[in-house]
Amino acid sequence: MKALVSVKRVVDFNVRIQLKPDGSGVITDGVKHSMNPFDEIAMEEAVRLKEKGKVTEIVAVTIGGAKCEETLRTALAFGADRAIHVKEEGEVQPLTSARVLAALFKKETPGLFLFGKQAIDDDANQTGQMVAALLDLPQATFASKVELDGNKAQVTREIDAGLETLEVDLPAVVTTDLRLNEPRYLKLPDIMKAKKKPVESVTIAQLGVQAAPAIKTVKTSAPPTRSKGVMVKTVDELIAALKQKGLV
Amino acid sequence: MSKILVIAEHANGKLNVSTAKVVSCAQKIGGQIEVAVLAADGSAVAAEAAKLAGVARALQVDNAANANAIAAVLAPQIVELAKARAATHVLVAGSTFGKDLMPRVAALLGVPQVSDAMAVHGPNSFDRPTYAGNAITTVEVPGLVVATVRLASFAAVAHGTAGTVEKVAVAAKLPGHTRFVGIESHKSERPDLQSAGRVVSGGRAFGSAENFNILYALADKLGAGVGASRAAVDSGYVPNDMQVGQTGKIIAPELYMAIGISGAIQHLAGIKDARTIVAINKDPEAPIFEVADIGLVGDLFQVLPELTAKL
Ligand SMILES: Cc1cc2nc3c(=O)[nH]c(=O)nc-3n(C[C@H](O)[C@H](O)[C@H](O)COP(=O)(O)OP(=O)(O)OC[C@H]3O[C@@H](n4cnc5c(N)ncnc54)[C@H](O)[C@@H]3O)c2cc1C
Ligand SMILES: Nc1ncnc2c1ncn2[C@@H]1O[C@H](COP(=O)(O)O)[C@@H](O)[C@H]1O
Repeated sequence: MKALVSVKRVVDFNVRIQLKPDGSGVITDGVKHSMNPFDEIAMEEAVRLKEKGKVTEIVAVTIGGAKCEETLRTALAFGADRAIHVKEEGEVQPLTSARVLAALFKKETPGLFLFGKQAIDDDANQTGQMVAALLDLPQATFASKVELDGNKAQVTREIDAGLETLEVDLPAVVTTDLRLNEPRYLKLPDIMKAKKKPVESVTIAQLGVQAAPAIKTVKTSAPPTRSKGVMVKTVDELIAALKQKGLV
Repeated sequence: MSKILVIAEHANGKLNVSTAKVVSCAQKIGGQIEVAVLAADGSAVAAEAAKLAGVARALQVDNAANANAIAAVLAPQIVELAKARAATHVLVAGSTFGKDLMPRVAALLGVPQVSDAMAVHGPNSFDRPTYAGNAITTVEVPGLVVATVRLASFAAVAHGTAGTVEKVAVAAKLPGHTRFVGIESHKSERPDLQSAGRVVSGGRAFGSAENFNILYALADKLGAGVGASRAAVDSGYVPNDMQVGQTGKIIAPELYMAIGISGAIQHLAGIKDARTIVAINKDPEAPIFEVADIGLVGDLFQVLPELTAKL
């Protein structure tokens, strides 16, 4: 069975982002980027399934500009067999991404399509669900456990009320949550090997995909800042401060 | 005039308080508000929903297939309902229920989705958070608005004059490819994290599930809900549904106490709207102190028992 994994290049989770002074967005030039952490978890899961013999081929896909090739190389170092780069320098919103990824699904016919639950830049949490909708596939979002069993999968999901388990027919879309696994540390030989693996590139137009209606960003602003608080030295002072605010 | 369709969140025959928060967002948009209840038997939930202030009507969509909230099953029904009611807006809570469901609805309708609407500027213009809440974007939606609502940004509406309940039949082809197996919930007598007025949270510093007992003792003294950092959940000290942050629950209590939590941006994203933040940490340089209204440098294993005893 083939697994398709979508991976997005995002500003690294450790970066404290800065806004452009004119309100037109976030400064991304010269800022450290990495693979979206949830996509690392998706890659790790695919690799583990391959190690268990449940998956035979892993294909990593990304949509984005030339620099996203780095992200694909990371995916190949994790253990993807090959990669597809959908080249687009401009902004791509989730519904358009979903149409592109649905088109790739039709070309590749995988048994499992893995996504991160959310990209930590746009924090949209949409793309996997949208792909599943467009293809009328089952979706198991926010997965913390995936068990493949023939043409079915049991997926445990992290939801507000606890842990829910669904059974889905394959092919299916699965989006990953933090507890699914701990991604491996990439070793130099794997990074070297990844350089030789094949990366195919296509454009959105070549896939015959029409861009979806887009949401317009009018401006980007900083959240309200919190005013500087007070430091107390003892528990008694803490209780006094809480009492003063009417909180206890 | 806007025609707003709110999708109710409910479980075990009870309306989730999140729905009243979404109705509050709908009131800010303005227009006619209908709440759709998709359930196996939604009569009790629909009656509750119709009582929410500003709600004209609850639409009761009963179907045995709706016994559990499966996005692939609910989405096609919501699409039909949105068309039948000529909805200009389809809104749902930004809970795991809404986040799972709504993108599926949006994609079937062929429109983009606004995730986590946190402020309303007009019927088609909203603020939403990106980059863990460190960049707020003001967005404009071209046509039909499909959105999830950031619960921490809206106060639940009260009960108003009761609207009507209308039973609605929806003809949609429902898939059988996704089946509910079970749910494992950790029963707690403590207030719900997302609606509690007071929340105390613990981090990696607790070191074990057992040590969390000293936090529960404080919570019970304060009548508080209990949350946790990702590190505490990953380490298995507490269940996943207690995680607060960018990728966990986003909360807005009157009082938030972060104890043994460093204050990573992903954690702060979940607590920015708390009225008062208290931090207890043994490291005076911990970033949590940058956002705390009241900070105490100290060892939680000494501070917490003393605090609980003196309150
Ligand atoms: C994709 C992604 C998503 C994430 N989402 C979330 C999220 O939703 N929520 C979240 O919380 N995190 C999230 N994180 C993780 C986040 O980056 C931090 O790693 C995490 O919040 C750290 O948890 P912590 O503060 O408990 O642990 P640490 O950072 O290890 O901090 C422990 C703190 O305890 C203090 N301490 C130690 N001993 C004591 C003592 N005896 N008394 C008092 N203080 C003590 C230390 O000084 C330290 O400040 C996410 C990370 C990623 C990459
Ligand atoms: N441009 C992209 N390229 C590849 N994968 C993407 C892209 N955008 C979103 N995804 C996938 O969809 C997931 C959810 O993204 P989002 O809906 O933007 O929060 C990500 O974790 C990725 O797996």
